Amino acid sequence: MVNENEEQILKALHQDLAKPKFEAILSELVILTNELHYAISNLRSWMQPEYVSKSLATRFDDCFVQREPLGVVLIIAPWNYPLQLLLLPLVGAIAAGNCAVIKPSEISLATENLMAELIPRYLSQDCYAVVRGGPEETKALLENRFDHIFYTGSQSVARSILQAASVHLTPVTLELGGKCPGFIYGHVNIVAAARRLVWAKFFNAGQSCVAPDYLLCTRATQDTLVPALRQALEDFYGTNPQTCPDLSRIVSPRHWTRLMNLLGRSKGKVVVGGESNEEDKYIAPTVLVDVTEDDALMEEEIFGPILPIITVESLEKGIEFINCREKPLALYVFSDESSVINMVLEKTSSGGFVSNDGIIHMSLPGLPFGGVGGSGWGSYHGRWGFETFSHRKACMLRGWALERLNGLRYPPYRDDKLGWLRWTCVIDSN
Amino acid sequence: MERQAVNRAKEAFLSGRTRPLEFRLQQLHALQRMITEKETEICTSLKQDINRSQYDTPLLELIGIENEISLAIEKLTQWAAPRQVDRNILTVSDEVYVQPEPLGVVLIIGAWNYPWAVTLQPLVGAIAAGNAAVVKPSELSEYSSLLLRALLPRYLDKDLYPVVTGGVSETQELLRLRFDHIFYTGSSTVGKVVMEAAARHLTPVTLELGGKSPCYIDKNCDIRIACRRITWGKFVNCGQTCIAPDYILCEPCIQGRVVECIRQTLLEFYGADPKCSPDYGRIINQRHFSRIMSLMEGYTPVIGGQTDASQRYIAPTVLKDVPPHSRLMQEEIFGPLLPIVAVSDMDDAIRFVNEREKPLALYIFCSDKKATKKMIEETTSGGVTVNDVMMHYTLSSLPFGGVGQSGMGCYHGKHTFDQLSHQRACLIRSLGMESVNLSRYPPQDRRRARRARMALKSPMIDLSKRTFVWAVSATIIAFGLLVTLLVILLIASGLNCTCWYWRGWYY
Repeated sequence: MVNENEEQILKALHQDLAKPKFEAILSELVILTNELHYAISNLRSWMQPEYVSKSLATRFDDCFVQREPLGVVLIIAPWNYPLQLLLLPLVGAIAAGNCAVIKPSEISLATENLMAELIPRYLSQDCYAVVRGGPEETKALLENRFDHIFYTGSQSVARSILQAASVHLTPVTLELGGKCPGFIYGHVNIVAAARRLVWAKFFNAGQSCVAPDYLLCTRATQDTLVPALRQALEDFYGTNPQTCPDLSRIVSPRHWTRLMNLLGRSKGKVVVGGESNEEDKYIAPTVLVDVTEDDALMEEEIFGPILPIITVESLEKGIEFINCREKPLALYVFSDESSVINMVLEKTSSGGFVSNDGIIHMSLPGLPFGGVGGSGWGSYHGRWGFETFSHRKACMLRGWALERLNGLRYPPYRDDKLGWLRWTCVIDSN
Repeated sequence: MERQAVNRAKEAFLSGRTRPLEFRLQQLHALQRMITEKETEICTSLKQDINRSQYDTPLLELIGIENEISLAIEKLTQWAAPRQVDRNILTVSDEVYVQPEPLGVVLIIGAWNYPWAVTLQPLVGAIAAGNAAVVKPSELSEYSSLLLRALLPRYLDKDLYPVVTGGVSETQELLRLRFDHIFYTGSSTVGKVVMEAAARHLTPVTLELGGKSPCYIDKNCDIRIACRRITWGKFVNCGQTCIAPDYILCEPCIQGRVVECIRQTLLEFYGADPKCSPDYGRIINQRHFSRIMSLMEGYTPVIGGQTDASQRYIAPTVLKDVPPHSRLMQEEIFGPLLPIVAVSDMDDAIRFVNEREKPLALYIFCSDKKATKKMIEETTSGGVTVNDVMMHYTLSSLPFGGVGQSGMGCYHGKHTFDQLSHQRACLIRSLGMESVNLSRYPPQDRRRARRARMALKSPMIDLSKRTFVWAVSATIIAFGLLVTLLVILLIASGLNCTCWYWRGWYY
């Protein structure tokens, strides 16, 4: 489906987000086909029963964990990576043997239409259904009982999804967002760091759940960082980013207004960018300095091409700043000093952690992708997706022999029986 | 008061003292000492709560807890170490791993049927994973809960692991506060309330619930042994076990034999009058006693049926030919009543099980391996034990938990550690080798795009230790074989020089 309809998919993504062909290929198609290849090559081994270490009492038994499908799963996707965030979970669900009801986002309308047309053509129509609609339809959908709900989106909606799930005791996976900090500290190759930051931040016009939301650095670093960011932006998008084909647009007028409102209320100083065009849903890659922690831009997840820089006096203050807030989905640290990286790694918590780069950890199917605390619950990608959508059934197959050994546990009870029992229950270390 | 305890636990966690492994090991050792030193007091409290025999307590609770603690102490370093993952060409020179980290403050809500096991086993995992934990034992097992409140602060860090006692209102108060994980053992009804409360703060939960665990007896198995094992599992703790076989499914032709074998076993275990046996328990309270009594209404048992409200005693009771739609078959019995429901064959039994909620445990008694495999594959449940009951609970390498209405999440052994940790994905790169990154940056052209695409599509490289060892051994063996081949070839081609040399030597 993905290979045969590449042109159509790219067109739909361009319609929804003005997504440049390159970004679409990398972040939607390649990542999906990688995941598919990984699942197809490894599925057989993932499905094998997993034999476990045994105790003396169970020495002659067959003890293993069998992965089983859960049943019917509901996958609700957002609009920022409408293909990836809809189909990557589906890969895990299919691999685990479930049926699925898929609910693409109505905000990325062209992709929604395309999915509703293509999926029934390629996949079994009984097993995998596409449901379209807005908040009302989603609410109605949630009244039904599912065996697992997989939601990618915002915290506020996640709360109501979890409430709905609790009625049926449905397990959930929540891939949420938050403000992902980018911390630059110590001795650092500022040019390389700036390029990677710019790439990670302005990819998809900042509309990524793992985009570095804001930067933390010392005042001295800021003075060298800002020109480096400016240079990197010029290298990437030219002097007039609006004409550059490699920059996306904001998804809808409502989101454009939200971002412009944040920018307007911010007390920071714009040092790069700041231009915008409502008709085109365009906002230039914008960097602000002199932003304080109670600024408008620090109230909520930005989810746009606006990058505030907050200065901190020291490494400890920076770590404290990060820890005062919700645990983020990703945490980025840029430094040539491994002691700095290790300190931030040890003293903070986040869904994922990358040093000296951004976003790229998402492309590795070996790493679990998910949040912690306010940024989410559960994870997926690769085998983690398979496990998320499976039930691990513990199986113990015993024989009829050794009934005398079992006799140790039956009444009437005696002291000596207990001693023997204690001995047989100790597990053999692996 | 609950709020204060939780805040103190939070502050204690943020101080960072649970991070070093030495601290966690010290706390685990202290917990181990508590169980060993206070075994008598724990047994007494359980006798008062539920008339548990002094042998049943170590058997059913303490041995399990001790094993969990020993395992955690032995394996903690391994569990807490970073776990390597596959990487691709783009990241081959980077460090890529998953680091288990503590979540923060965990709330553990216990149940009354095994008050020590279901509170302390999760606590072992919480401590091992580096969390703080607020422990809320069930108020129905009053003596145990008060003893736990007295003992735990004497052995463990007072701020990190507070015990909060109380009833429904205290629990509701706790649930209004924010935790990093809630671990609940109990009924599905309250499980829903816990999950709903957790939803407000987006708190992840582990729910160990219950349900009706079916027990299928095939007509071609050793019925005598099967019934002995089932009788033990059913009537231990007076049937008040989440994984007790709730009801039996068997063909009508063996029903009589099953009843007789159970009757005989009951005689062996508890004597002619179980009321006088020190090894037979009682129902936890009047409310549950009345509930179980009402389930029996309208049915004449074939074994037992005697009761004594003053002692909350219900004799081990078996009922046969129970209709599937009866009240007895609607809710989890959680008492010493064992209904037998007739099914026509194994397929009928599979259909019966699948029509109902997914159970916490499924028991299959069958000598035919193929048929057993079929039943395991065609049904789903939290866990399965074949030809015995409850034993899958005792092996800590197996994940213990439910599915669907019987629960979410799992624990025991390393699984508790993983359940109460955050698996943080870590990618450590350097700022060098920037030229490799060039192909992913704009402005984009065809060549760059193709290079980037190829790099991302590269196959996964497994840099785990096992593969490394395999690769090195394979290289050594191959090299060895090559050398052997060369030597053989040289000898075959006539090592004239050396043969001549040796001949010369001998002459």
